[in-house]
Amino acid sequence: MEHYIALFIRSIFIENLALSFFLGMCSFLAISKQVETALGLGIAVIIVQGITVPANNLIYQFILQEGAWAWAGYPELDLSFLGLISYIGVIAAIVQVLEMALDRYFPALYDALGIYLPLITVNCIVLAGALFMVERGYNFPESVVYGIGGGTGFAMAIVALAGIREKLRYSDIPPPLQGLGITFITVGLISMSFLAFSGIQL
Amino acid sequence: MSKMIRSFFDAIEPAFQRGGRLEHLSAVYEMFDTFFFTPSDVTHHAPHVRDALDLKRLMSYVVLAVTPCALWGMYILGYNTNAAIVAQGIQDVAGWRAAFLTTIGLGLDPNNILSCFVHGFLYFFPIYVVVMVVGLGIETTFAAIRNHEVNEGFLVTGMLLTLILPPTTPLWQVALGVAFGVIFSKEVFGGTGKNFLNPALVARAFLYFSYPTSQTGDIIWIPLDGYTAATALSYVKTGGIAALADPAVNIDWMSAFLGTIAGSLGETSTLLCLLGGAFLLYTRIASWRIISGVLLGMIATSTLFNLLAYAGAVTAPAYAIPFYWHLVLGGFAFGAMFMATDPVSASSTNMGRWIYGALIGFMVVMIRVVNPGFPEGMMLAILFGNVFAPAIDYFVAQANIKRRLLRNV
Repeated sequence: MEHYIALFIRSIFIENLALSFFLGMCSFLAISKQVETALGLGIAVIIVQGITVPANNLIYQFILQEGAWAWAGYPELDLSFLGLISYIGVIAAIVQVLEMALDRYFPALYDALGIYLPLITVNCIVLAGALFMVERGYNFPESVVYGIGGGTGFAMAIVALAGIREKLRYSDIPPPLQGLGITFITVGLISMSFLAFSGIQL
Repeated sequence: MSKMIRSFFDAIEPAFQRGGRLEHLSAVYEMFDTFFFTPSDVTHHAPHVRDALDLKRLMSYVVLAVTPCALWGMYILGYNTNAAIVAQGIQDVAGWRAAFLTTIGLGLDPNNILSCFVHGFLYFFPIYVVVMVVGLGIETTFAAIRNHEVNEGFLVTGMLLTLILPPTTPLWQVALGVAFGVIFSKEVFGGTGKNFLNPALVARAFLYFSYPTSQTGDIIWIPLDGYTAATALSYVKTGGIAALADPAVNIDWMSAFLGTIAGSLGETSTLLCLLGGAFLLYTRIASWRIISGVLLGMIATSTLFNLLAYAGAVTAPAYAIPFYWHLVLGGFAFGAMFMATDPVSASSTNMGRWIYGALIGFMVVMIRVVNPGFPEGMMLAILFGNVFAPAIDYFVAQANIKRRLLRNV
């Protein structure tokens, strides 16, 4: 149990996908103008990460990994070179199915997430979650924890950034820096404050 | 005297007005004019607020509140240095400070209060001058270009930054840190009151991560070649509270509370920080909710860690530090009183202030205890709190809106 809690905390704070690895910057910068929409995107990322990382973990373990086909008489078969394309395909398919399921059974949530759900298909954070999971050799329960934790870290970071950007509306930013320019500087400063976690061993 | 200055200002004013010869320097004129005199300008349109507490008085009060910390910091730095020199039996001490002290006849005597004070002042003053010259220079430039006014905000930032830097910081690093802090955490957002992080802390954090050797370690606190004096926190980190009782270290709770230990200039004396904080609370410049939040967060988190340590779940000695030690060690009191309460970068809703304070209190103990990389956590904890302050405000406001809607169904 402790192991999973440590992994969860590490994936949220210490290895924050947005602020430590600077992944998912496009949606991080573009959809952080308002806290409300940022929260929507954040929740969508948590849900999608929590489903796709474990799903890709199963795909890797039982199809792609070297020796996964040993039961069929191909112990040397190594399909991991198909990893990248499989993960993207799995992510796109799962997001589509999830979208349809939400639309059918939870229309309120579907409306709240709106455009963000299909957008997440191309969010590099979701792919990064799958690739990190493979690289670090997580097993199935670990990948569930890592998926949810990574998504939560992103959600927290984007909500904090959106809060700051709402506050910055009252600031007097020089015209050339308005918009993305000041957002980059802001993200840099936030990332500096997240260095508080660097070096923590869990 | 004041009439003379006034007539001088009135005489040169036309040159600085629109169309005058020195129009682009109007920010400089404005700065000196409002520094010497309270301007008689009034707002012509509503809303009108009649309040004696303007920005100038607010900032001066903060500077006033940290002054005891600064004076004590100078004295104790000089005392510790002098005592170290005597203890090591060094006869001729190198450096212009020692030469100056010998020349004016004070010598390097730890029992001479004036000698100690002047010695510490000679470390404080160059840093302060560099901070002020570089910082005010940048502020004035921005003000001139952007048609702003220079205001007293930087007096506080500069003072606080000088007090949280190690006394041996090279001056070019000081200049670099100030430039980064003022430009990137304040001026690009529009100047005083428009930033979201505390500029003094950003400058300190920038130096901390860029030049770790001169910002952290054992040799920077007492400015004497080859003399090591770790801060109390780094002893505690490796050995627990028991390490402080070691005769070679010899720090008890009272000496940490009164501040006879090594550290940054302003942070050593918890007592004076508390007194300065009390002054700010009395004048209602600092928010008691934030300070209480920081204290409660720190006490709750350290008690939780203590329980974990007693239960045997963790073995690292830092987990067993009780809350009354966290209070007196490092920059906790200084940060809680003067940095976390900065009204610009803190949360601005009442409930939000509690949460913001508690977040800082939690983070500082977290970093001190759990993170092996950093012995001190106050600076990063407050920056972390600053980052989340606007989001906290947002959710508090949303909760209020929801509650009122429910009430009026």
